[in-house]
Amino acid sequence: MRFIEHIFSLFSSQKSAKLAKERLQIIVTHDRRKRRYLPLLQQELLDVVRKYASIDDDDIKIHLEKQGNYEVLEMNIALPK
Amino acid sequence: MSKIIVITSGKGGVGKTTTSAAFATGLALRDYKTIVIDFDVGLRNLDLVMGCERRVVYDFINVINGEANINQALIKDKRVENLFILPASQTRNKDALTLKGIARVLEELKKNFDYIICDSPAGIEHGAIMAMYFADEALIVTNPEVSSVRDSDRIIGMLSSKTRRAMQKMPPIKEHLLITRYEQKRVNKGEMLSIKDVEEILAIPLLGVIPESLEILKASNSGVPITYNKETDAGQAYLDVVARFLGEEPPKRKKKGFFRRWFGRKL
Repeated sequence: MRFIEHIFSLFSSQKSAKLAKERLQIIVTHDRRKRRYLPLLQQELLDVVRKYASIDDDDIKIHLEKQGNYEVLEMNIALPK
Repeated sequence: MSKIIVITSGKGGVGKTTTSAAFATGLALRDYKTIVIDFDVGLRNLDLVMGCERRVVYDFINVINGEANINQALIKDKRVENLFILPASQTRNKDALTLKGIARVLEELKKNFDYIICDSPAGIEHGAIMAMYFADEALIVTNPEVSSVRDSDRIIGMLSSKTRRAMQKMPPIKEHLLITRYEQKRVNKGEMLSIKDVEEILAIPLLGVIPESLEILKASNSGVPITYNKETDAGQAYLDVVARFLGEEPPKRKKKGFFRRWFGRKL
């Protein structure tokens, strides 16, 4: 009986490291994507605006703020005179 | 050319200060002039781990504020030649760290030291950013455990976005993964993430692995960095990390370590 329990515990614990790895791979990929999306969005917006006006990299300010259940994306673009 | 190295992790309690003390001592033992700076303002502990807590007169913040000069604040290690400690302030908070002030102190230190080791506070706030900001290289201390790995990934993201090298579009900070508190037995049983698992997830080059060891607590209890004692598994592992950092591959020692791990374990 104890032997069987041992085998079982071996199997279930074998799962725990594997499970940790799987969970980490998913969440880390998700985190990374989220981190990357703001600078990417900023760059793309910059490219779009540049089609119509010449602005510097610093002329666009982008800010994401959490308010309760939703996120507010605040954007400021300074256009040249 | 002197190099600035940050010891960082995001998560607390994974071994940043232990690593800072051990790594700095290891470099000094190899005859490099080394200084280790405690960036954990308000929660000073490096002095205690390195056994110089009773010799602190002035601290990092005093130097930043111009209340003391560097030579007044530096503590020379009693055991190892070439090793100096710049303690954190115990009474102020991390806002006292300013980029301008840190830059000035680091420039001054660069004139006299080969290696400047920055012991980062836990977290991803101001103090941690200040510790990593001027770094040329980074040791990311990670335990084989989910929250530590995730936080390390977060810190890696910050190293490539919130630092001087990132902002001034210079070559990026050289990152090194250091896995600490590793237990091969538990990995074999499938209870702990393996070295390969952590490497795969974080995708940065591995510098070394420090086994879980009772000796680490004994070392901090007595205020003697673990690398000062070559007889311990963890001390030897840290010395191997130093050697690898200096561009050497210590295969013989590694084998000996393995041998010891299998046959000579005196836990």
